Amino acid sequence: MKKLSSTLSNMVLSLGVITFVAGASLGTAYYVTKEPIAQMTHQTQVEAIKKVSPEFTNDPEADKWEYEQDGITYTVYPAYDADRLVGAAVESASMSGFSGEIKIMCGFDADGTVRNYEVLSHAETPGLGSKMATWFRDSSGSRSVIGLNMEKNSMYVTKDTDKKGEIDAITAATISSRAFLEALRNAYNAYVQYKECQEKNN
Amino acid sequence: MANKWKLIYNGIIPGNPVLVLLLGMCATLGTSSSAINGFMMGVATMVVLICSNAVISMLKNFVPDKVRIPAYIVIIATFVTILQLIINAYLPALNATLGIFIPLIVVNCVLLGRAEAFAGKNGVLDSICDGLGCGIGFTLALTLLGSVRELLGTGRLFDIVIYPEDYGMLLFVLAPGAFLALGYLIAIVNKLRKSK
Repeated sequence: MKKLSSTLSNMVLSLGVITFVAGASLGTAYYVTKEPIAQMTHQTQVEAIKKVSPEFTNDPEADKWEYEQDGITYTVYPAYDADRLVGAAVESASMSGFSGEIKIMCGFDADGTVRNYEVLSHAETPGLGSKMATWFRDSSGSRSVIGLNMEKNSMYVTKDTDKKGEIDAITAATISSRAFLEALRNAYNAYVQYKECQEKNN
Repeated sequence: MANKWKLIYNGIIPGNPVLVLLLGMCATLGTSSSAINGFMMGVATMVVLICSNAVISMLKNFVPDKVRIPAYIVIIATFVTILQLIINAYLPALNATLGIFIPLIVVNCVLLGRAEAFAGKNGVLDSICDGLGCGIGFTLALTLLGSVRELLGTGRLFDIVIYPEDYGMLLFVLAPGAFLALGYLIAIVNKLRKSK
């Protein structure tokens, strides 16, 4: 076959056919992968909830409750053990990070004790701020937030003396540490709002 | 057959896309923060490169000269999007580390460069060999750069601890270290090529 010359009709025909075939194959690929992608997203979500939340008998994803404050949406996944609220997993975020948004999933017991947390996404400096994924679980010094109570303990970094902070900040990443703790405090606040809202309804 | 081997070899060493032709720098610097990331990005790019080279060489007579660039970009973008959907659906771990870089393969000039310089003028089989060679060359360069940065920056290699992380030079994990390491790698490659 000889190469098509660059006349208008040839160009329209050629590009038309190529984009049509491209569109059709993209449509097919989207159709085929739609189910698995939805399943994968759901599974990651459920696993993250299970990891941080107290044991539950309900479906926290079905019972989720959204709360918006200052442009950030907090999602509360309440954990019920036979109709009794035993705690919750909360998806929370902070915009005060060193570079962009920090998203975390953290779990509380009914009395506000931090059970566990998981960093869902962040854009902090690798090797510094990115250490938050493990730092606040580390039992050395007063790094760990796990087992502390959101009501009784002061969830600020120790450098914030005016707040009587109790948590050691990540070495050379105080901004990231502050942002992480802010996300944690806001998550607890959302959980408290949820509890109040539920009590009003009952 | 010897001709095909030569095509593949050409993409790996004498015409290495990153270390000799200096193409695709954005993806190279962005994804080579660790050896495994560099390797994965290289393989993903190679898959797209082979597919796009094959299709473009098949269509080379059907595409008029004046619209060849948009036609090539549409073909490349289609393959990248399909690849991204597949990674999303079946490889969640890879998606978590490379997710945001996969769409960038579209604008990686290695792909358009090979389409323009090779696939648009040669047969299907030759173009597949060229894509394979350049893909391997790209993967090797990214893995090498990733290894250097990971080793110097965090004391690990493919996540295996070589020396304690506290002695690592964080600079090499960050962007400036990428430029430094890449510069030295290119210098070494040039020296080796000259001495031959």
